[in-house]
Amino acid sequence: MPLLALSGLRKRFGSHVVLDDVSLDVDAGEVVAIIGRSGSGKTTLLRCINGLETIDQGAIVFDGKPMPRGGSELRELRREIGIVFQSYNLFPHHSVERNITLGPTITNKIPLAEAKTIALDVLREVGLEDKLNAYPAQLSGGQQQRVAIARALAMRPRLMLFDEITSALDPELVGEVVKVLERLATSGMTMVLVTHEMGFARRTADTLVFMHQGKVWEKGPPRELFAAPKTRELESFIRAVLEPEA
Amino acid sequence: MSRDFDWPEFVFLVGAMRWTIVLSLIAFAGGGVGGLLLAVARTSSIRPLRWLAATYIGLIQGTPLLMQLFLAFYGLAVLAGVRIDPWPAVILAFTLYAAAFLGEIWRGAIQAIPRQQWEAAAALPLTPAAQLRYVILPQAFRIAVPPTIGFLVQLVKGTSVASIIGFVELTRAGQLMVNVTFQPLIVYPLVAVLYFALCWPMSFWSLRLERKLDAALGIKRAA
Repeated sequence: MPLLALSGLRKRFGSHVVLDDVSLDVDAGEVVAIIGRSGSGKTTLLRCINGLETIDQGAIVFDGKPMPRGGSELRELRREIGIVFQSYNLFPHHSVERNITLGPTITNKIPLAEAKTIALDVLREVGLEDKLNAYPAQLSGGQQQRVAIARALAMRPRLMLFDEITSALDPELVGEVVKVLERLATSGMTMVLVTHEMGFARRTADTLVFMHQGKVWEKGPPRELFAAPKTRELESFIRAVLEPEA
Repeated sequence: MSRDFDWPEFVFLVGAMRWTIVLSLIAFAGGGVGGLLLAVARTSSIRPLRWLAATYIGLIQGTPLLMQLFLAFYGLAVLAGVRIDPWPAVILAFTLYAAAFLGEIWRGAIQAIPRQQWEAAAALPLTPAAQLRYVILPQAFRIAVPPTIGFLVQLVKGTSVASIIGFVELTRAGQLMVNVTFQPLIVYPLVAVLYFALCWPMSFWSLRLERKLDAALGIKRAA
């Protein structure tokens, strides 16, 4: 049984169809990278998985249980599904430590001392244990994003969602975040990423999903898809991202 | 027969100033609680709640404070069946008035916090109340400091309206002293100076508080 099963998802914003019969299974420990042009529905798909967007039709099943519409049941599910956003979304008025301990202490009711140990652990995982007492404004974009990853990890989720988390970064800061992602993937975390880092997707993802016009256009092992795209759309997309200047 | 304006008259003015302060503080405290509820209602996802709060704010902001004061004064008098003390009326009117304005100021501050902050808090996953308490309101507070203190200054000066129903605060005390001394050009400037002495430190304190809050966030701003 897959950890996450999406079947027949449909969603529209007004007359615009964003998700058109999307089905996708994610097994425990699998790393799925979603690529596609902007407007292809990949970010919306990701946001639907933890209920930040609602679906019009279809089913999202996590660990055998259907996705609740809202309320405390949805919060229960979100404890197991972490998400990291493109714009980090750290809380600027809290220290790095408080950003990380907020979820464990308030949601999981873990004692503060214990939560602080968790904070230090997850900061070590992203290589920022020395930034415990810093405020987000004092960190670079790459560091902020790594703290955001640590914040999500502190809830000990079973699935992590990443929404174009390197897109807002200066090019020289992308590497440090990608390295954290790779380490996380190696550790066995189940991950679904929307990404523009083709090198990362090729190296690390078990499954590559190419979305186009709200559909899963092509899907398979990244090496196969990159080497031999079956559709014209994926072929032209790969060409466009690999040779942006051509 | 008239008296000169001398120490006892001055002491009377300063003494009356405390009722200006007390009324301002009560209105600010009561209005603060009401304003917070209104601001949360105005930004809630429950439509009737938003609508109710908006209607209330619209009514209070769209009518003169003086009318509200008269309504509270004569309304309470009719309810109680007797001519009543101005205290309950001024407290009621100024609290309702402050709640509407603070509610609107704080609504703006809450809405100035980016949607992504709500989402990040919801993903943690904090309950809606915890999202407000730990993530949204502390940030909104920083934004709300200057306009809130600006309103507080308006409120302090606005309490002079209470003089009309016979509530003896600074302005009413000034009128009484003019009546006995016939020296309006001494009394009223002095009354104005006393208001200034109340209001100016608040504006000053507001700036200091802003700087302190900025420093706590590691924000550097041009002076």
